[in-house]
Amino acid sequence: MIVRVIVTPKPVVNDPQGVTVKQGLASLGFREVTDVRIGKYIEMNLDTSSEHEARQLVEAMCRQLLANHVIEDFQFDIDPEHKRR
Amino acid sequence: MKFGVVVFPGTWSDRDCGWVVDQVLGADLTYLWHKDADLKGVDCVILPGGFAYGDYLRTGAIARFAPVMEQIGEFADRGGLVWGICNGFQVLCEAGLLPGALIRNASLEFRCEWTNLVVERTDLPFTSKCAEREVLRVPIAHGEGSYFADPATLSRLEQRGQVVFRYCDPSGRVVPGANPNGSLHNIAGIINARGNVLGMMPHPERCSEAELGGTDGLKLFRSVAEGGLKVLVS
Repeated sequence: MIVRVIVTPKPVVNDPQGVTVKQGLASLGFREVTDVRIGKYIEMNLDTSSEHEARQLVEAMCRQLLANHVIEDFQFDIDPEHKRR
Repeated sequence: MKFGVVVFPGTWSDRDCGWVVDQVLGADLTYLWHKDADLKGVDCVILPGGFAYGDYLRTGAIARFAPVMEQIGEFADRGGLVWGICNGFQVLCEAGLLPGALIRNASLEFRCEWTNLVVERTDLPFTSKCAEREVLRVPIAHGEGSYFADPATLSRLEQRGQVVFRYCDPSGRVVPGANPNGSLHNIAGIINARGNVLGMMPHPERCSEAELGGTDGLKLFRSVAEGGLKVLVS
């Protein structure tokens, strides 16, 4: 099954990349953009048939490696029907 | 006093640190490969600058799983001296040996320049040769050196006097204009509660000979070499 993890800087953490991209968008005329935060997208293929097990595994992976809890939050979704191309 | 300089794939300041230990200080030196399962009897471990394991995912994120890091964690638990410089500081934070994290510089630029640091602790094995609130001139070279910790951690660090170095102006005033990377409270270096694990972003090994433009960094190496032995490794 396919797992998609999104890691984002915590709201209290300064994100200079996001600020710069927001300024870039504003200079292109997209003045509706009030905030930009830049994170990471991680896609994995998991060799398990249990969605429950997959959830526990990914949670552990995020806590131990994929995200740094000091500065980042994470979220993920699991697609049991599909495999990574 | 025997120094061990750790070499990960992607480390680049190992020879600079080794040169200062071996050629300038005249102390015993050994290099510790990231796969080494023992620390070869060293008294002080230096984690030098660079991009360990390419800094993939986050700075220091992969390096902390290296076999040598397990030994370094146990060494620190026994009171051994561990000194992380630049990437080494990032690795120590990822490994949980120091609190907080280093994030992208506020300017988004890689900053390679001289900075001034005020020394806030002189009772440590790393700074015993420095004068009270002495200002050291030490270069930085990093893209991700902005120190971050949550408010509770930050106030704990301040209350316990764990901030060792702060970016300051040449007269020692800690002002926003002297902060090269957006670090909270102008923090350039911190120590653990026990006082044996130091992390700092600036590079003392790059200012330990007059030919390189300054010798302030050598004070830190001398402190460790001459005073470090007083720290008992139980």
